[in-house]
Amino acid sequence: MTDHPGEKHLLTSVQMAHFVSHGALRMDGVVPDSLNERAIAVFDAGVPRGRDGAAVDEVFPVGSFVRELIDLPEVAGAIYSLVGPSPLIDHHAVHIRRARNGEAQPLHADAIIDTRDDAFDVQLMYYPQDVTLDMGGTLSVPGSHLRRTNETDTGRYQNLRGQTRLVCPAGTVQFLHHGIWHGGRRNDSDITRYMFKIRFNPTVRQRLLWNTEDLNDPAVLEELRTHFPWYENASGRIEYVNRTRLWRALTGDPAFDLDYWTTRVDNRPQRVLPTV
Amino acid sequence: MTTSATRQQVLVLYLSTSALDAKVIGWSRYDGTGQTDPAAGDSDEPPYETGVEALLDGWRLFQVSPLIPPYPGTEYETSFLKHEFLFEKLV
Repeated sequence: MTDHPGEKHLLTSVQMAHFVSHGALRMDGVVPDSLNERAIAVFDAGVPRGRDGAAVDEVFPVGSFVRELIDLPEVAGAIYSLVGPSPLIDHHAVHIRRARNGEAQPLHADAIIDTRDDAFDVQLMYYPQDVTLDMGGTLSVPGSHLRRTNETDTGRYQNLRGQTRLVCPAGTVQFLHHGIWHGGRRNDSDITRYMFKIRFNPTVRQRLLWNTEDLNDPAVLEELRTHFPWYENASGRIEYVNRTRLWRALTGDPAFDLDYWTTRVDNRPQRVLPTV
Repeated sequence: MTTSATRQQVLVLYLSTSALDAKVIGWSRYDGTGQTDPAAGDSDEPPYETGVEALLDGWRLFQVSPLIPPYPGTEYETSFLKHEFLFEKLV
């Protein structure tokens, strides 16, 4: 994999803040048609699954279709910004939702409950064809990634206010935090839908890996403060605390606070006044 | 297989606070008549704005989430939706 994608291809701080608040970052049409047109034949033939946790070179050697995909400058820049150099390939999979498929996946987070608050995996999802609403594009719930739930235990939730039902042009890639609630929707169209997914594990501390020139841009705070309409009044405040903690881990700034929530509850003065 | 002609429809509403007249933030449906087949991600608009609106439309409330204090040490963690209300209609 490209050692360094170049500063201009890295994510900005505003984009990173968007990822921290939403648990997702979307790049519409970032993959050129020359790759999109080859993708479905590649996916129909199958992409051999490598050893879980293998190096990129081992699973996707130079010259392979997937290597071309993840070496695209914008894609490589996002991967580097989120998980750093030399990530491991946790696993990958081709997801195919057949035309008129009557099943929807229950809302879930992948793998198992994951309590890390200073590291995260990223899932790349690539859509090689235009996805319309009735094709059952991926359902995801922005801002759900920091909730501690285990896999399909959220399956009872069918719809949440502000959910994302993906509709996108061909060549779209989205990057999802490992904890985000998501699922493949029912395909009510006459077109079979394809999605290719790769989960990346970081091998370095995820700190200031992106283009930090705009770190103090007010738009960073605006992104981090995004409120989602499915949050309960009370738990929505705790989400701010969790985002604050993740942003502190990503920037190394232990004093950062989104509001005054975290600072207030961390305030335990140790200075003892002399007795008079 | 029951021979009764009565079937149960279930509506699950998730509200923004523990009050039944609070805003709906999430919803699910299950249909014992087999006439509809609700699924994840099938709607962006909730069927009602509040839990009370569901009552006004004839749904019978049969279960409410208990209010449970956070376990010590997990006060700043978020997890499942807290305010779940289950309704039914017998049709």
